[in-house]
This record gives sequence, C-alpha cells and structure tokens, in this order.
Amino acid sequence: MPETTMTLTTKIERRDAVRRILANRGETIVVCGLGSSTYDVFAAGDDDRNFYLWGAMGGAVMIGLGLAIAQPDKPVLVITGDGEALMGMGALASVAAQNPKNLTIIVLDNAHFGETGMQPSHTAHGVELAEVATACGFESTQTIVDYDSLDAYSNTPNAANGPRLAVVKITTDNPDRALPNLDGIYIKNRLRSSLGFQPV
Amino acid sequence: MNPQNNPPQRWEDDIFDCFVRHNVSQIPYVPDAGHAHLIRRVHHQPGMTPLVLTTEEEGVASSCGAWLGGQKSVLLMQSSGVGNCINMLSLVSNCNFPFVTIVSMRGEWGEFNHWQVPMSRATPGSFELMGIDVKRCDTPQDVAPTVDAALYAAFASEQKIAILLSQRLIGRKEW
Repeated sequence: MPETTMTLTTKIERRDAVRRILANRGETIVVCGLGSSTYDVFAAGDDDRNFYLWGAMGGAVMIGLGLAIAQPDKPVLVITGDGEALMGMGALASVAAQNPKNLTIIVLDNAHFGETGMQPSHTAHGVELAEVATACGFESTQTIVDYDSLDAYSNTPNAANGPRLAVVKITTDNPDRALPNLDGIYIKNRLRSSLGFQPV
Repeated sequence: MNPQNNPPQRWEDDIFDCFVRHNVSQIPYVPDAGHAHLIRRVHHQPGMTPLVLTTEEEGVASSCGAWLGGQKSVLLMQSSGVGNCINMLSLVSNCNFPFVTIVSMRGEWGEFNHWQVPMSRATPGSFELMGIDVKRCDTPQDVAPTVDAALYAAFASEQKIAILLSQRLIGRKEW
C-alpha cells in the first residue's frame, strides 16, 4: 500500500496542540506515552498529576484505564503517539469492555515513529485509530485536523456515556526534546500524593 | 442459608477470601480453566472490577494505574502468558510499583499439549530475570497463606510477587 499524504492536510503542530489540550485541564490526571508525548506534556508545564513514561511502550492506555477505574470522579487523560497506541491497540478493546466515562485518549498522529528516525507508521499506510476505537465500541471518537476543533474538544466535558478517543493529526515537525524527571518512583509518589496517598 | 447447603470451600475460594480481606478491587485477567471459579466469583462481587484483557501485559500496566489511583490490583493469567509481560514489567521495576500476579501453570504435570511446555519451563526464570519474586503452591493447604503473605508484602511495602499455582494442584487437563 502506498504512503498517503495525510500528514500534509493538517497544520497542527504537536507542542502547540498539547499546550492547548492542557490549558484548562483542571484536576485532570495525565498519563503520557514515551517519547515525544512525554516531552510535549512536560513542555506544557510540569504538574504533580502528570505520569511521564520513559518506557513501557504500549502501556499508556492501560495505565490510564487502571487509574480511571480507581478514580471515577476525576478526569483521566492519556496523551500518546500513533506508534505507542498501535503497539497497545488491543487496549482499546479492553477499555471499551470497561466503558469508563472519565477516560479520554488523545493520539497525536504524525504517522511516523518520531523517536527512532521518522519511519512511517501504520497510520501512514491507512490505519485509522479513531475507526479502530469506534469498532471496539467507543461511543465518542473523532479525528481532528484544525486548532479550532482541538480547542472545542479540549474545553468540552465528555458528554458520551463512556470513554472518548480523539486522533489529532499533527505535522512531522520535531521540536527540541523537553525532558521531565526520569525517576519513576518520584513521579509515582508525586501523583499518588496529589490524590491523598502517602508514599509507602 | 443453611450451612449444610454451602458448597465446600475450595482453594480458589481461599484466594477470593484473601482478595476481600486485603481489599483488592481490580482483577485484570486473561482466562484459564484453572482460574475459572475465581473469575466467576470476582464477577459476582460488588466492589470488585474484573478486567478482561487481550494480552497479559495490559494487566501489568492497568495494575500500575490502579495503584497510582489508590487501588489494589492482582493480575490473573496462565503460564503461557508470562512471556508476554516481560517488557511491561520494566514499569513495575522502574517505578517500584507493588505487583502481584497469580499464575496457573500449564505444561508441567501430565500435560498432553506439549506446546505449553516451553513457556511453562521458562516461567519462573522470566519473572526472576525481571526482578519479581516467585512463590509456588503445590497443595491446597499452600494457597491461603501464600496469597495472604504476598498481598500483605506487596501492598504494605511495594514488593513484586508472582504466585505459581502448580498444575498438580489445579489438576491435569483431560483431552
């Protein structure tokens, strides 16, 4: 299958996108996939409620699911890339089986594996993750290619009776890395403390 | 209910009772016949959330998410799924998450399907390579104290423990 020119149809840049998504985050807990998503979330402003991943590829959505079930009254947002989401694609089925209304998944889709040399990913070959989520049973799925739609999405509470997934098509721009703390124990305890759980 | 009508307590019920006593609330699983009774009980218990998975590593990640949100989780799987978890166990290690999994063993006692044997043989070593302590239950009497001790150690001091339920305990699968 030939590579598509899908990425040319968006003007959304990843770092602006994440800054806009998180501008009015309130008490949202954020889990971000390894690589650029983690850098983007950190660049938008460090926060006790950010859980940065530096590894565990394919795990972001399921970490978000465990959190969303444990904290049903708080919004949980997973921000990850197309490569990380593709590795854990079965997780979309597992999320749909639970149907947590407080979970939102945003996939930053540049159709490439950015951290490893910009090899085209499956979404460059036509895989549409929003349609995968729809097929799994997500009531709310959306593909976003402009900032106005992104702002509207980010500032609107979830009206669906279950989880939401949005694919944000982004350009292949590659901003400088912004590196959050690498210490997973610190990041874990910081998030738990923000929810009222003391370190063990 | 008349006590005479109660079904006899099985070792699977001992595991369930430990979950209740330790307030374990999220139970992700890839099913196995050896876990079927326990999974049924979890599905009928208010306050417990069973999570059916497409692959075992999902349950490693969801268990870490549960702890971030203040809940306790135990992953149920069979030995053939342990290899699927290897890289995700780096999350447990790097962040020092508490972790408990209960693994029903295939491929080790009168196994007809020898396709189960290689991963069965590699199961204890796989966990040990990733820094997970391995405990084993060979008799029904082993189960309650082993599960109770593991849940206590994991959630009181963020330890990582895999409990292997031997195929001799579970019973040979008849073909």
